[in-house]
Amino acid sequence: MLDADFFRRWMAATAASVDREAERLTALDSPIGDADHGSNLQRGFKAVVAVLEKDAPATPGAVLTLAGRQLISTVGGASGPLYGTLLRSTGKALGDAAEVSEAQFAEALRAGVDKVMALGGAAPGDKTMIDALVPAVDALGEGFGAARAAAEQGAEATIPLQARKGRASYLGERSIGHQDPGATSSALLVAGLAEAAGE
Amino acid sequence: MKMLINVPETVVADALRGMAAAHPDLTVDVANRVIVRRDAPVAGQVALVSGGGSGHEPLHGGFVGPGMLTAACPGEVFTSPVPDQMARAAAAVDSGAGVLFIVKNYTGDVLNFDMAAELAEDEGIQVAKVLVNDDVAVTDSLYTAGRRGTGATLFVEKIAGAAAAEGQPLERVEAVARQVNENSRSFGVALSAVTTPAKGTPTFDLPPGELELGIGIHGEPGRERRPMMTSGEIADFAVNAVLEDLPPRNPVLVLVNGMGATPLLELYGFNAEVRRVLAERGVTVARTLVGNYVTSLDMAGASVTLCQVDEELLRLWDAPVRTPALRWGM
Repeated sequence: MLDADFFRRWMAATAASVDREAERLTALDSPIGDADHGSNLQRGFKAVVAVLEKDAPATPGAVLTLAGRQLISTVGGASGPLYGTLLRSTGKALGDAAEVSEAQFAEALRAGVDKVMALGGAAPGDKTMIDALVPAVDALGEGFGAARAAAEQGAEATIPLQARKGRASYLGERSIGHQDPGATSSALLVAGLAEAAGE
Repeated sequence: MKMLINVPETVVADALRGMAAAHPDLTVDVANRVIVRRDAPVAGQVALVSGGGSGHEPLHGGFVGPGMLTAACPGEVFTSPVPDQMARAAAAVDSGAGVLFIVKNYTGDVLNFDMAAELAEDEGIQVAKVLVNDDVAVTDSLYTAGRRGTGATLFVEKIAGAAAAEGQPLERVEAVARQVNENSRSFGVALSAVTTPAKGTPTFDLPPGELELGIGIHGEPGRERRPMMTSGEIADFAVNAVLEDLPPRNPVLVLVNGMGATPLLELYGFNAEVRRVLAERGVTVARTLVGNYVTSLDMAGASVTLCQVDEELLRLWDAPVRTPALRWGM
């Protein structure tokens, strides 16, 4: 079973990896975006860790709902509403249980990813964060390690794709050949799950 | 790259403190990043709220004042503001006549303004939204995020602001804003890439002998790269790209807009070429504005925006305005 502490560890692990990888995320965002993905998420997840320490929410649902709200309030750009909605919707789907099973979490995360697709209008293959998140959710039944591997593969598989959403889409065919920064940061988020689980 | 800053993390806050010091007509909330007309809310008038990433100055904060915006919300550099900012701005400026959000069409701006509208409506504020999407360099299709909002934002904010100042109701102000956007098109070129404070190096590599056609205002590369062209050749390319999408019928407002690092001497020379092309195409120019208004940090280059106007839109364009960056008639 997964308790509130597991979800706090997830957010802390993600904040740490986003911090480590910020320059790489920004570098990926330079040729096909506007060179700020790393710094924006860095600011957001730092604020998430701070608010979780301050408010100490007691349930898994409350941790993720608060984390999502904080991302929406601090990140801006498209990433803020999209990542914020992902965590907030996943948190809401978890309800107010003190502990949730891995299967319940997988179901909630799928609801969160669906919400992100509805909000941003992206489908798999559009060269967005969805290309890492959907494979991860599909693999979650086989454990967090499998989800991490699926997300990383999904992010790498965005390289040959032509962007159809977000700022990279303005480039048309010139977006081909670059790994999507949003899919890359989504893979970091999923890797944070495995880290929180000690895998 | 040398920059006149302290540290990258505080560039937006530092600029807001400087705006507050320079413009006593504005109330600048540095912590919450909201710039408001000091006399807001203005009784009986619809309020106009815009915002977007920083780095496009004077857009939007420089356009706050009587006859134009009521409030502006600056985000981080090239990053849309967060919903809390626009919700706070809406609450500060609503006189009860409602609030119009003017939103440039970028994924982030659209999402954050949508969330802000929900928050404001929860507080009982009537909110309408208009999207600005004038950039013909982007093909508006299922396969892109749609056309970007660029130079036409200035026309929308000025003309809708004049309608609001006359006390026109929210539906009318919104309709005017929409009409201005629908009648405006832009095309931009870059002679150099942009350097953001956070990154410190140019966002893309543009060799000395080349220019980028169809750029946006966020340092994102354009559609096509060519060997450097003359001012006249660029004017031919840009104006024809705009007219292809906006067949000339009425007289036009012309905005020859600098991207930030191109001197006015070059912009005026470019405007002469723009006027030549328009004359060749039989387009009448009603008014012209030349300068750095919708910029992209330190990018060199320019954009051309044309807005077709009828007598009513021209009357609203000529109406008095008093903001840090645009003022006439008052």
